[in-house]
Amino acid sequence: MSQREGELFERASEFLAMFRRGAEFTRELVEENARLRRTLLELETRQSDAAQNPKAWEKLREELVERIHGLESERQDVLERMGSLEQENRSFAERFLQVEEENNNLANLYVASFQLHSTLDLQEVLRVVVEIIINLIGAEVLCVYALDERTNQLEPVAAEGRERGSFGAVSLGSGVLGSAVARREIHCRETVAGTEPDAPLVCIPLCVGDKVIGAIALFSLLVQKDRFTALDHELFTLLGGHAATSILAAQLHGQSERKLNTMQGLIGLLTQK
Amino acid sequence: MQQRRMESSMQRHRILIVEDSPTMRQLLVFALKRIPNIEIVEARDGIDGLRKVTSDHFDLILVDINMPVMDGLKLIHLIRDEESLAAVPIVVITTEGAETDRARALALGADEYLTKPVQAGRVLAVAKALLKVP
Repeated sequence: MSQREGELFERASEFLAMFRRGAEFTRELVEENARLRRTLLELETRQSDAAQNPKAWEKLREELVERIHGLESERQDVLERMGSLEQENRSFAERFLQVEEENNNLANLYVASFQLHSTLDLQEVLRVVVEIIINLIGAEVLCVYALDERTNQLEPVAAEGRERGSFGAVSLGSGVLGSAVARREIHCRETVAGTEPDAPLVCIPLCVGDKVIGAIALFSLLVQKDRFTALDHELFTLLGGHAATSILAAQLHGQSERKLNTMQGLIGLLTQK
Repeated sequence: MQQRRMESSMQRHRILIVEDSPTMRQLLVFALKRIPNIEIVEARDGIDGLRKVTSDHFDLILVDINMPVMDGLKLIHLIRDEESLAAVPIVVITTEGAETDRARALALGADEYLTKPVQAGRVLAVAKALLKVP
């Protein structure tokens, strides 16, 4: 073999080796590509399976349902709390109204009591009694009677709505008024409509302890007043006691003043001698 | 809004009560004293009320109808005739419950008409509303 043939053979061998390495590299690349394709396919399949897996969905659904139940329960608690607060609020509002009403009633009773004991003048006391009945109770026609112990008769001493003279004397124990006073019990008619002008709606005996000193009779009410309230009954009771005490105190004060004047006059006459 | 309410509650209000009955006057004072920063002046009849209302400033006037010397309707008429007093709110508190009496008082210029027996709380609520007190 010549030198030239030897060089050609060497170069051909090198080329062949290079070609074989290229072929090997290409085969490795093809294999790697195929492996990657399989991996991708496998991942896609797993992802799809995971998405469509009923167990996974079931688990997720259970979690969501549990969460919904939790929220529902929380909402129910909140609603119950709100209901309870509303109830509490209503109770407070009702209580507030009750306290307001009690306060208003006490104001009336306080004023009535204060006014009744604000004077020792009999005519002033009688004026206060009439004022209380008109302004705080709402009576239109009324009469205040004083008991004459000698005749056992109730004599009119103050009136409103009609002339005092139009109210006659009432014997103790006779008629609605006389009977109520004899029993020392407040008489109050259930209905205020359709009453006779001379039939009292309310009879209030004026008593100091067991001693009867007079009575108050209400014959008709103001046009806007159609019924008696709890406060009216409280005022009837208050008048029965406090008006009686005030009238008696004023009567005694008047008597003592008259006696004092007589005594002073007598002493004056004696000392002049 | 809140500030306006506070200002309104802090403002001093003067009320004139024209009523011949001491019992009613005391009850009205008792009711109205619950308004913060209130000053109450009392008059015993229409003439006394007119003298006081023309010589001093009032934010509200409470008037009875049946009074000696000068009745409440005459007083309302005279107050409304006076330009400087035309805007002062007037509340009538009376035993006269007929609709004609109410209409007459309102026509003369009364702002509210309350009939006796009146609850202290009702008077307070009406006064607060007219004085714009919360």
